[in-house]
Amino acid sequence: MCINCGCATPVEDHSHPHNHDHAHGHTHDPATAGATRTLRIEEDLLAKNNRLAAANRVRFARERLLVLNLVSSPGSGKTSILERTLRECRARYRFAVVEGDQQTANDAERIAATGVPVRQINTGAGCHLDAHMVGHGVENFDLPATDILMIENVGNLVCPAAFDLGEDHKVAVLSVTEGEDKPLKYPQMFQAADLLLINKIDLLPYLRFDLEQCKSFARRVNPAIVIIELSCHDGSGMHEWYDWLARGVDAKRQAPLA
Amino acid sequence: MHELSLTQSLIEIAVEHARREGARAITAVTLEIGALSGVIPEAVEFAFEACSKGTLAEGALLRIEAVDGLGYCRDCDREWPMTNLTDPCPQCGAFALEVRQGQEMTLIEMEIE
Repeated sequence: MCINCGCATPVEDHSHPHNHDHAHGHTHDPATAGATRTLRIEEDLLAKNNRLAAANRVRFARERLLVLNLVSSPGSGKTSILERTLRECRARYRFAVVEGDQQTANDAERIAATGVPVRQINTGAGCHLDAHMVGHGVENFDLPATDILMIENVGNLVCPAAFDLGEDHKVAVLSVTEGEDKPLKYPQMFQAADLLLINKIDLLPYLRFDLEQCKSFARRVNPAIVIIELSCHDGSGMHEWYDWLARGVDAKRQAPLA
Repeated sequence: MHELSLTQSLIEIAVEHARREGARAITAVTLEIGALSGVIPEAVEFAFEACSKGTLAEGALLRIEAVDGLGYCRDCDREWPMTNLTDPCPQCGAFALEVRQGQEMTLIEMEIE
């Protein structure tokens, strides 16, 4: 039974067509029938997700967990960055990983091979993870014995921007085989991210990717964004990413408990 | 594409309110969608028809009111209309205006019977 969303409780559906099997003479026209009333609601469509995300955040803060939501287009190298990070840092931190994909457990299998606890969430037709899925996705992890929770979102630069999962930071990954104008094309995502990892920089000599232009586009959308250039293939720049993680973990350890 | 799940939560919220009021049907729903919200009104209309089937909101009239984008430039201390998150300040050219309006996705009101 989930205390936040109550979703283990069967949903009672009281809507039904007003049909009877018995013959009688009433008109199905009580005094209110046909009378329309206007209700003022003013409720944000994301209110439920935001409420569940806030509950996740409280739970994560209690365990002093650093929680990152990795977002990018498909193929930017999120899983490969994670694999290398887990292999190189798992002596220092205790990780757990949530993998979001529409189908397959391929990514979870890659992560499991590093020895880190992982949970695959298949969203089916869904184009993003939401706070409800993540709340349940972490149920089997030993959160008190975890330092960093990595949530790899569905590869999609549009939809995951709107859905808060309860993370500390969104980390956007952009690879140099994509266009440098991605931050301008998908501003919501780059505005919502605190860190941008520009991946596959080992390929720069073979591409016409303008790195400086890309960084200036990202800062145009989000002047405060931190940018790290790296290659999870040859390892360049990875230490900067690890330093960023170390600062995040330290901040968590020193944060006063709410 | 996330218009689908947003529309599902729209219907969830609307049906919950309608039930609480003992309504037999929802006849109209009014939404506000901001120009900078990243939500495409046409996609919401499409999803609404599909997702409302079999619920109290089936057949309800969907009204979508657009909310214009409004950004604030700290340097110029002025608000400007914005049509895109990447619009610069028309006066000083600075980017990343503080969005003051236009990111709404709100169920404003509905009619029930």
